[in-house]
Amino acid sequence: MTDYEVVIGFETHVELKTRTKLFCGCLVAYDAPPNSRTCPVCSGQPGALPVLNRKAVEFTLRAGLALHCDIRERSRFARKNYFYPDLPKGYQISQYERPFCENGHLEITGDDGLPYAVGIKRVHLEEDAGKLVHSASSFGESEFSLVDYNRSSVPLLEIVTDHERNPLRSAFEARTYLEKLRQILRYIDISECAIEKGQFRCDVNVSIRRPGAREFGNRAEVKNMASFRFIAEAIDYEVRRQTEILESGNEVPQETRLFDEQALATMTMRGKEDAPDYRYFPDPDLLEVEIDEAFIERIRSAMPELPDHRIDRAMKAYGMARQDALVLTRDREISDFFEACLVSYPDGARIGRWITKDLFKALRDAGLSVQDSPLTPEAFVRLLGMVDRRVLTEAVARSLLAEMVRSGGDPEEMVRERGLEALQDGGELRKIVDEAIRENPRAAARIREGEEKTVDFLVGQVMRKTRGKAPAKEVREMILAGLRG
Amino acid sequence: MELCDRTAAELGRMLRTGEVSAREITESVFERVDLKEGLIHAFITQTRELALKQADASDRRRREGRPLSAIDGIPTALKDVICTRGVRTTCGSKILGNYIPPYDATVAGRVLESGAVLVGKANMDEFAMGSSTENSAAGPTRNPVDPDRVAGGSSGGPAAAVASGEAVLALGTDTGGSIRLPAAFCGVCGVKPTYGRVSRYGVVAYASSLDQVGPLARSVEDCALLLNVICGHDPRDSTSADVPCPDFTQALARGVKGVRVGVPVEYYVEGLDPRIKARVMDALELMARNGAEIVDISLPHAPYAISAYYLIATAEASSNLARYDGVKYGFRAAGPVPDSVRMYEATRSEGFGKEVKRRIMLGTYALSAGYYDAYYLKAQAARTLIRRDFDRAFERVDCMVTPVSPCLPFRLGEKITDPLQMYLVDIYTVSLNLSGLPGMSVPCGWVEGLPVGMQIIGKPFDEATVLRVGDAYGRMAGCT
Repeated sequence: MTDYEVVIGFETHVELKTRTKLFCGCLVAYDAPPNSRTCPVCSGQPGALPVLNRKAVEFTLRAGLALHCDIRERSRFARKNYFYPDLPKGYQISQYERPFCENGHLEITGDDGLPYAVGIKRVHLEEDAGKLVHSASSFGESEFSLVDYNRSSVPLLEIVTDHERNPLRSAFEARTYLEKLRQILRYIDISECAIEKGQFRCDVNVSIRRPGAREFGNRAEVKNMASFRFIAEAIDYEVRRQTEILESGNEVPQETRLFDEQALATMTMRGKEDAPDYRYFPDPDLLEVEIDEAFIERIRSAMPELPDHRIDRAMKAYGMARQDALVLTRDREISDFFEACLVSYPDGARIGRWITKDLFKALRDAGLSVQDSPLTPEAFVRLLGMVDRRVLTEAVARSLLAEMVRSGGDPEEMVRERGLEALQDGGELRKIVDEAIRENPRAAARIREGEEKTVDFLVGQVMRKTRGKAPAKEVREMILAGLRG
Repeated sequence: MELCDRTAAELGRMLRTGEVSAREITESVFERVDLKEGLIHAFITQTRELALKQADASDRRRREGRPLSAIDGIPTALKDVICTRGVRTTCGSKILGNYIPPYDATVAGRVLESGAVLVGKANMDEFAMGSSTENSAAGPTRNPVDPDRVAGGSSGGPAAAVASGEAVLALGTDTGGSIRLPAAFCGVCGVKPTYGRVSRYGVVAYASSLDQVGPLARSVEDCALLLNVICGHDPRDSTSADVPCPDFTQALARGVKGVRVGVPVEYYVEGLDPRIKARVMDALELMARNGAEIVDISLPHAPYAISAYYLIATAEASSNLARYDGVKYGFRAAGPVPDSVRMYEATRSEGFGKEVKRRIMLGTYALSAGYYDAYYLKAQAARTLIRRDFDRAFERVDCMVTPVSPCLPFRLGEKITDPLQMYLVDIYTVSLNLSGLPGMSVPCGWVEGLPVGMQIIGKPFDEATVLRVGDAYGRMAGCT
């Protein structure tokens, strides 16, 4: 069987976190009662007119800049005309010939382990449609459908990859791209990108061709899968399906398909002949949007630092390993927490390690995210400071952290109130070490014979007796000195 | 003279002196409605109870010395394309036959806040598509001058109401001549302001880049009073111009001395009824005798205006009317249907009249893949050239004068079976919508007992010169 070259493209729709909708003053709300966030404009009443939300344009340009796009000086909205009950005006206000942003890229690590600048064809702004709720569990069984226009006219960013310039080449790269895109958009604070809330929706185009072929194969478009995993499954299924078709000497039909989550397979939804003609034309109700350099500069200078930049900085300024830096910057909230700590704690590598090991564990155990936890960066830094000054042992610090992650609190106060200070008194410590040795003669014997593992056991015993307050290193030295002389 | 036949300016004076009350004026109007409306059919919905309440409120305000505006208490009709909260708004269509808007159009709000009294919602060609008001689902409006003839369209109801005394003032809309033509046919004044002067928010869209709201009245002065109320930037309409509005009454009583009046040669050719041409020429001569300078000019791309208009307007309309689907409001076809597609088809087939369907199909075609460049884009290019002709000509003149219509008001049924013949009636008016320029129709004589209208065209945002010339002409000719 020949190995085909896979070409993958994405159209991603991202719901922007503006306060109000794209063309009217209705508040954007996720869980409001049906049709409670509507007005004449977004419910398509006769005579209503759109007025552009400036913040949505700012967010769009922020995304364009983060994706290294060219920003158009003059941009235009266009009407995409089609009939569907969730589209109140019978057309969607979108962009066609003159989108805000074009010709950008997003850098990922490609299949070959090398940096790969995935081509971004365009980033444009458009309005969302309403929601349909069917009376039965499937559309086919339903007697009626209800329409909720709360979501109608919520601002959406449409991000389209370039299938000609550095396209995605595998399910792995596809997944990497989506994760990176989502990360960047959350970093620049224009969307929460919560997939389960429909804030990050992906349609994927898959086609295959013989390596070296100049023309593209016919593509299948698979719409709206509910998770990154399903997207990867759909891509794999499509590559297999299309390969089989080509191998048996047939042509892959150009079509739109749906993904079946149970079967992990795709099926035909709409053929090329049924593809609608949207009759795009510039929306005469909205004027051209003029973007000047000054506006772009203002957005650029106010832009939050991007993950790649933070990774670079973490590696260069703090000598962090790339893998650690990646983990630290994956989520914006963790990364922000880290940056906040750095304000008063210069040893980035050390605090980075404490975050990715100990803080992550504590948050996991408590079932909390860092933004939901009452633990503040300042308190965390103070805790670590006490460990550095040997006022606290690491063991005690960890158990305190577990508590602070759940209920906050000032570490210095907590240590003072409960007498958690590390045991500094050498004599006192000596006594406890001797006691542990006496109580564990078999362990002592094994250590004398040279076994290293058992030292840990004895250290553990001392820790128990001191309730973690003994400094581990010194205890270890004392045990070794005491038994091996 | 009956109160209902007087101008708003006169009635305003009488109200101020206390000689008459708003209530009396309103009752006079409704007496006339009772007399004439059966024949003329200028209204789709009358708001008699509301009107009387508003009249009483107006009188109260006046007694307390705080009238809201120069038209406080004046009975006004609004074309049924303008959304009025709580009052049925049908656009002359079955598909909105039961539609009650949840909001007021900006212009409706401004008129009501000025204290004017709402007589009712006036009849119109369905969705403003037509030149005779024969396309209304509510039936045609007849010309008060000769009820066997059309009132013109699409603002036939507003024009007829003003002409027959069933309203003192009216608001219409003009997309290709729909204020100016009925004004000419009914012998009243009508103004289409510069595109962007008046808010379109709440005015049901026919062609977004061409529609404008404007006054119909019995005098240029009355038009100025109403313009003062409705003009001005509206943040709810992104195409609304953010330019200051002058007091349009300042343009009145200034004569035409020194005004350069352009006469576009392309507008006076074959196809124009020579009797209409004669009336317009007489008017020009009168102006010349009073100090105006008459200048021949050329607008070479004039012949393309109708084609460009009927491509652009229908294209925009095909999109603007897509929202009438029976899902959210208005008419929905009765009976069970297998799916939403069938529901849409049944609703729109039954709900829309023939002309509307014709224009939607034309517009859809002009925008469709493979035809967009040849039709829509080409029409927009022609539009730019038409506008440039005007810009160039306006370097040499201050305004232009042309006929409004190539023909006299025709009989009901005469042109309705030949759409293209009907479209040609707009031949002198559509260029102004395409170029966004202001224009006014004023009566300039009679032919065999039928009124003839003269169109005065102005530079962008120069309604003042248009009003000045129209008003001056009226005084010269001995009519208001």
